[in-house]
Parts: sequence; structure tokens; C-alpha cells
Amino acid sequence: MFSPQLKGSFKVASTVVGATPEHHTGGEDPNRRDFIHIAATVAAVGAAGGLAWPFIDQMNPAADTLALASVEFDLSKVETGQQVVIKWRGKPLFIRHRSGKEIASAIKDNHADLRDPQTDEERHKAGKAEWLILIGTCTHLGCVPTFGGGDYGGWFCPCHGSHYDTSGRIRKGPAPKNLAVPEYTFLSDSKVKVG
Amino acid sequence: MSGHSNYEPKNGFEKWLDERLPIIRLGYDSLVDFPTPKNLNYWYTFGGILAVCLGIQIVTGIILAMHYVAHVDMAFASVEHIMRDVNYGWLVRYMHSNGASMFFLAVYVHMFRGLYYGSYKAPREVLWLLGCVIYMLMIITAFMGYVLPWGQMSFHGAVVITNLIGAIPVIGPAITTWLWGGFAVDDPTLNRFFSLHYLMPFMIAGVVGLHIWALHVPGNNNPTGVNVKSKEDTVPFHPYYTVKDGFAISVFLLMYAAFVFFNPNALGDAVNYVPANPLVTPAHIVPEWYLLPFYAILRAVPDKLMGVIFMGGAIAMLFLLPWLDTSKVRSMRYRPTAKLYFFIFVIVTLILGYCGGQLPDNKIIPGLTTFQVAASDLNSVVWLSRLATAYYFAYFLVILPVLGLTESPLPQPESISEPVLSHSANAPVGAAASPEKRG
Repeated sequence: MFSPQLKGSFKVASTVVGATPEHHTGGEDPNRRDFIHIAATVAAVGAAGGLAWPFIDQMNPAADTLALASVEFDLSKVETGQQVVIKWRGKPLFIRHRSGKEIASAIKDNHADLRDPQTDEERHKAGKAEWLILIGTCTHLGCVPTFGGGDYGGWFCPCHGSHYDTSGRIRKGPAPKNLAVPEYTFLSDSKVKVG
Repeated sequence: MSGHSNYEPKNGFEKWLDERLPIIRLGYDSLVDFPTPKNLNYWYTFGGILAVCLGIQIVTGIILAMHYVAHVDMAFASVEHIMRDVNYGWLVRYMHSNGASMFFLAVYVHMFRGLYYGSYKAPREVLWLLGCVIYMLMIITAFMGYVLPWGQMSFHGAVVITNLIGAIPVIGPAITTWLWGGFAVDDPTLNRFFSLHYLMPFMIAGVVGLHIWALHVPGNNNPTGVNVKSKEDTVPFHPYYTVKDGFAISVFLLMYAAFVFFNPNALGDAVNYVPANPLVTPAHIVPEWYLLPFYAILRAVPDKLMGVIFMGGAIAMLFLLPWLDTSKVRSMRYRPTAKLYFFIFVIVTLILGYCGGQLPDNKIIPGLTTFQVAASDLNSVVWLSRLATAYYFAYFLVILPVLGLTESPLPQPESISEPVLSHSANAPVGAAASPEKRG
């Protein structure tokens, strides 16, 4: 901790004053020396902490990554009963044009025993029940579930066997949550902006 | 590195250097004159083998980095460029990819050796802990290295493993985004993994230095687990163990070369020769063979967070081991009951490895349907994984702590030399042949 010079001066002080060598033996003004030690330590720790944050934060998404965060999509390309997968923020985005039968089965299960309870209405925009827009990564470990598979006709994740229904709700398997609904808005009847 | 030194500088230059930087003395004391128990068997050669593995990985890795491009559009092609166009690129890459497998093979033998002979017990706890740190660094390095070729298995393996961190409540998703440098595994992720994959072997080398230092303070454990009592129990490291290690390294390299030259893709997954596609997940995601037991533990637990905790716990057990094993007897040679449980443990880890490579719903015995209990099929891989996981943890948390207090160990020899030099009734089989009288 202390330089040899300081130690030397302590020794002299202790022989003269007879105090313990650890504390308040700095001679004329012990408080002044303590203050300098504490202030220097605080300044060094503060500087290290201040420098640590840029070094940590540099790994967070960069400005250009954030700038690419929204995408527009023309819905007229998707036929009823089909799904189109586009890439959004590096992840697959499911855009599913649901048939009346699929919507009905999703509504029917609104009050089934759900792991992550949500009604079908909470998972699409009002009056747009035919359009289901979801982030296509399994909430278990991020695999891409396959369209139309599983026991509930929604999606089936091949990695660890999670079953999703036609509303993208988790019904069976290890995944803890429903397929996530991204932030999106309808720009017109046939155009949607995600992000 | 510690204790008395017998080094005598041979000439003027050595004397001059020794007074300024005693590096020749350090080498002499730790690699030539170091007193080593005279009864070390071939299981003790894997430390040297591992040092060679680390050296090969660093040299081949530096070469690969000269030709590899860490960019999502070019990474896969640059690896193929190494394989097809770079002079001897195929050799260097196959040495590196198979070298990782050889490294883990050797480390597992080394760890089981330590488990069997009680090398983690006092006064070698720090030595063992440093080994555990090296093992963890190896896992992280290998995982990041596997991402670099940017094949399907690279990409989706990275997705699955980074998503594990997202299981941590509250801060998990933020940490995952921070690791990714975006909203998914993408170019920033690949770049930082490359940077860290290059850094970590040197960190491993540093901890290996500490590991050897910690080894040279108490000295080697040995198959009897009995402390060195006198100079008669030891031989100098050189030439006795340089030659023995050298022979073992040669045999090991033969096996390694057999993989590199005759079946370089035997240990890899063919799916990784498909370029990464974030929109399509391969039907069956598996890690490399050396991580399969942990993957099996992860999948054995039906809850995401608990699965991650159990997987981390499996490694944490190794860190806690010196304080979980209550027996004062180091070597399992003198612990017949513990020995039995140990060999079951070895088999269980192999079973976990098998399970990790299978789909969870696969049948153990095809066609057998009579093991349905309630809604669960006990004939499935997931249930075998659960049983094996239970034994894995029970071995550390129940068997070793309880056994040390209840078992009655066999009498240990007075010294390392005693079972060899005397015709004691306790001498292990084959030790009574009095090798010193044979000439």
C-alpha cells in the first residue's frame, strides 16, 4: 500500500509519538493524509468505473443496427392460409394470412388451459383477425418453428418439440411463452410497417 | 518453481544470465530436476498431452486467422477457400477442428484420472480449481470457435446457447442483446466471437501456467495417493517422465493423425457444411460430442430456467468437489465401495453423452412400449437423461459426502515404495514382483 518513503516516515513518527504504526501516524496532520488517500482511491475507482462503461456498452447494438430496426411489407403477396417469412432485425418474422377456420379454432381455445394466457384478440390488431404477425423464434431457445406443424395446427419447433396453436400461443413442450408479437402498424389495408 | 534448487550454471553466460533472469534455473527446477513420484502410470501422461494439444491449437489457429474472414457474407466461403485454395489449408483446418476434439478427449481422461486418484484433495484444491477454470475456458473457446465457419449448426448452435442466457430472470434478455450486439445472432456476434476465440487460448495458457505452478508446490499426486515420504519415493522428471510423457504423446498423436488424415469429418456434423440460414432451423440441433452430456442435462429438465441452472450446476459440482468428498483417503485403489460408484459415474456420463446426441422422444429400445407410466414413456431418451442426471448430481452431493464417513477403506501403504519393496499382504496385484531384483 505505502511507498518505502512513507513507511520510513511512519517509523520516525511512531518512535517519537509512540502511536500504532497503522493509523493516524502521519506526523503533523493525519487527517490531511487520510483525506488524500481516500480521495485518490475514490478518484481511481471512479475513473476505472467510468472507463469500464464504454468498454462494456460498445458491445450493445450499434447505431446502424438500430437504424435498420423497421421494415415495411406488402400484405397482398400472402394468400389465405399461407405464411410468408421475412427477415426483421436478423430474426425471422412470420406473416400469416389465417383462414376463417384457423381464426375460429384460435378463438375457441381462448379459455383453454394456456401456459401464457392470452386471448386471440390480444394477438392481432383490432378488425384484422386474418393477419397474424409474429416473431418467428421459439421462446424456448430461439429455433425457427415450422409452419402448420404440431398438434394444434399452428407451428411446431423441431429443436425441442414445442407446439404452438393458430394464434401462436404455446400449448405443449418446453417453451415458456407465446410467440412474441412485434410492434407494428397498418399503413394501409395492404401495407404493414414492423418495428 | 518452489523449494530448493540444484541448478548449477554451466558456463559464464548461464551464470551471467542467472544473476539477472534465472529462467534457465526455472526450467531446470521444474522440467529436469523436479522430484516426481516414481509410481506414476500412463494416466498421468495426459497433462503433457494437453500441453501439446494447446500448442497445436494455438499454432494452427494463428495460421487459420491469416486466411479466415469474420463476416457473415464471407466467413463460410473463406473456410472453403482455406480448404480448397490455401496451400495445406485443409491440413491446418482439419488439425484445428480435430485438435479441439483431441483436446477434450485428453482433458476428460485427465479429469477422470484426478477424480479416481483423489488429486483434488488437500493440499491440491487450488490446483484442481485452476483445472476447472481451464476446462470452463475451453468450453467457451470451443463454442465460439464452432460458430466461426458460419454453417447451419454454427449459427443455430449460437442461437440456442445465447438464448440460454435469456433464461435468467429480469436481466437475461438485456444480456443476450448485449452479447449479440443486435437483435439476433448476426455480423456483430460473429466478429466478437472471432476476437474472443483468438484471445481465450492465451488466457488458457496463462491459467495453465498457474496450474503448473500450483502443481509444483505440493508436487504430483500418485496412484497410491500416499504422500511422498523420502527421496527414495521420487525420480527426477527428466529423463524418467520426459521419456514416458514423450512416448504417450507419440501414441496420442498417432490416433490424432488417424482422424486428421483418414476420417477428418467423423467427429463433426455434416449439417455444418450448409451455409447459415437464419430463417430455417436444422431438424436436429446438437453440439459437438464433447458437450453432449451437458446438453442432455439441459434437456432432461422440462423448465427452461431450471434446465440452465442444472447445466451450470453440473460444472459447479466440479468446483465444489474438494469440499464434497469427505474421505481422507485419496486414491480409490483403497476405497472399494467408492470405486464402484466411480465407475458407475463414468458410465453415467457416457450415457448422458449418448442421450445428448439423440432426439428427446427417441426410444431406447426400439419397439418396446410397455414402459408407459402415467403420461410418461420411461423408454424414451429424455427419461434416461433424467435418471442419469439424477445420478450425476447424487454422486457429488450424496454419494461422495456420505461414503467418506461410512465406508471402511483398505489399509494404505506406508509409502509409495513400500508396496513395491516389501512383500506386504496389502500390496496391490502385480506389485510383489520385486522389480529391483530383476536386474
